Amino acid sequence: MHIVVCIKQVPDSAQIRVHPVTNTIMRQGVPTIINPYDLFALEEALRLKDRFGATVTVLTMGPPTAAESLRKALTFGADRAVLLTDRYFAGSDTLATSYALSMALLKVAEEFGKPEIIFTGKQTIDGDTAQVGPGIAKRLDYNQLTYIARIIETDTQAGTIKVERRAEGGLQVLESKLPVLITMLEASNEMRRGSIENALIAARAEVVTWNAAAVGIEDLTKCGLRGSPTIVKKVFAPSARTDKAALVEVDGKAEAKAAALVEAIFAKAPGVEHDLLEHAAQHYV
Amino acid sequence: MGEFSKPFDAIVVGAGPSGNAAAYVMAKEGLNVLQIERGEYAGSKNVQGAILYADALEKIIPEFRDEAPLERHVIEQRMWTMDDKSHTGMHYRSDDFNEEKPNRYTILRAQFDKWFSSKVKEAGALVLYETTVTELVKDLSGKVIGVRTDRQGAPIMANVVVLAEGVNGLVGQRSGLRNEVSPDTVALAVKEMHFLPRETIEARFNLSGNEGVVIEAMGTITKGMTGTGFLYTNEESISVGIGCIVSDFAETDVTPNELLEAFKNHPSIKPLLADSECKEYAAHLIPEGGYKAIPQLTGAGWIVVGDAGQFVNAVHREGSNLAMTTGRVAAETVVSLTRKREEMTAANLAEYEKRLGQTFVMKDLKKYKGIPDLLHRNKGNFFGTYPKLISAAMQTWFRVDGIDKISKEKAIIRNFRETRTLWGMMGDAFRLVRAWR
Repeated sequence: MHIVVCIKQVPDSAQIRVHPVTNTIMRQGVPTIINPYDLFALEEALRLKDRFGATVTVLTMGPPTAAESLRKALTFGADRAVLLTDRYFAGSDTLATSYALSMALLKVAEEFGKPEIIFTGKQTIDGDTAQVGPGIAKRLDYNQLTYIARIIETDTQAGTIKVERRAEGGLQVLESKLPVLITMLEASNEMRRGSIENALIAARAEVVTWNAAAVGIEDLTKCGLRGSPTIVKKVFAPSARTDKAALVEVDGKAEAKAAALVEAIFAKAPGVEHDLLEHAAQHYV
Repeated sequence: MGEFSKPFDAIVVGAGPSGNAAAYVMAKEGLNVLQIERGEYAGSKNVQGAILYADALEKIIPEFRDEAPLERHVIEQRMWTMDDKSHTGMHYRSDDFNEEKPNRYTILRAQFDKWFSSKVKEAGALVLYETTVTELVKDLSGKVIGVRTDRQGAPIMANVVVLAEGVNGLVGQRSGLRNEVSPDTVALAVKEMHFLPRETIEARFNLSGNEGVVIEAMGTITKGMTGTGFLYTNEESISVGIGCIVSDFAETDVTPNELLEAFKNHPSIKPLLADSECKEYAAHLIPEGGYKAIPQLTGAGWIVVGDAGQFVNAVHREGSNLAMTTGRVAAETVVSLTRKREEMTAANLAEYEKRLGQTFVMKDLKKYKGIPDLLHRNKGNFFGTYPKLISAAMQTWFRVDGIDKISKEKAIIRNFRETRTLWGMMGDAFRLVRAWR
């Protein structure tokens, strides 16, 4: 079995600061990490490797420094790392990213065998869109299983996989034919600590590096800023709320307290009284 | 294990300045080097904001100025003695320091160490991060032949282990090569990074371009304990901190945080930090025992460099240059033995100490070998009485109040003699001069 895990190198959001003067995000000197959600995906892939002897390839698109994250993924026990990097990819939104990654995945399939499972995290912590995984599935025509909390069983003979999906209002148990793209939820497992052997192999490993041409991308207008209909108009730090919580102090019975409270709210936000009266007129008359 | 069963020429424990210097020099000379760092990346366990002395690094990577992340080159040094409301300063500023190859820089360790580590990898060493060496592996004769880590798997073998593990020397201790570090030979320093726009720093400290200022201060700021305060200007931030000998903290009720808060709020420091935003708070141990605290440095299959060997010149506030130099000299010793196909025996590795004796490292530490003891034993005078007397004298001298200068001189002398006997002062002066020479 061949499994590919798509990861992303992201700035450690816990350590990002906003420039107090210009209000821009200060990326310089901020340590980078593997997108935390992707680690759950990677661990799930490694568990399948332990059980079925699968080969695990990690793939990322990013600047040359993203090789660090790939190398780190290798220390956990992944077998191969592929970096897709090209200055034409700079400024990619989710549409352009899923295009470039799906082209890279076709190349991975050609070079190292078709992946039965492609894993991603449910979303990244810097973009928070959760669009790239489904975008890849659509482009490669893979079934997609998103927000997966647990893999219940994998039947390699029948080529099926059964999973638990967290959906609004409950858990779904889904079964799909392979190949499939799975986006993993947080806290679905705990990342292992790689052995000293894995660490040494990772330190020595060559990261397979491809540019746009290497993965057969001819139409560069589908890449980077040019291929991205999403436009970031402005980045800003939300200003602190100026409204403070108010304490309404009233002596007396509960009814009196409630009345005073309602009075205070209506005084603060006159629109609320109007809306409520209108609502009452429509529904309770 | 297969390909890993062949021993490395050397394993370096730690990726700070001394470990990186050692690993870089050995790898550059073609040795098969493995470096093991417990932090997530080199520098992640280090405290930000530091002084880099160019000379030591220049001897290892001559072109470092073109690539290394440097903040500002230091053109002005301010030495202050302080009481609670004042400071008496000696400032030295020179345009000579605006040279083509500046002598000293302020740096941010997390960035600098990361860069240095990338050079080590470029030179061909294998570097493992997030891996802690737990103990040394010895053969039956007691010779160190490898290391065990906190990761699962077989021990990794090497002809020699370079211990660049930092001030605590835990691996050396656990392996019975050295004693625990004594609390009266280490200082605990706490430090904050304060963000300020570069124009503000330049206006406030009278700087232009990448010029920088360093302030070193002593006096009542350490509340009678042996220690110093400091302030460095970085490109867009200020490092401010204070440190005292650990055993002094233990004797008093003062916490390092209180000390730093008081230092930051001192009327001489506060305006320099005004309107800044604290970005980072950190603490670190600094070996300050000097020459007398140096542990055994070599043995069969092992060699100690950097903070682990107490290589810090506390009097001149130098550390990274001693670290890099000891790392380099240790590496050169190992390279020369490897080339001659000689064993890494205790006798052969003792060559390192001989070579170190020829460098400024040992010469300087020897010169000041009496200072740490002297300051520590007379801390009440050096860090309390004298700074107060100096401030009082300055105040008397500069305050114009209708009193004639002869009376002022007499008052200053009387104040000194009443506070500290003539014999006491002469004794301190004599001892200080003797320890200095």
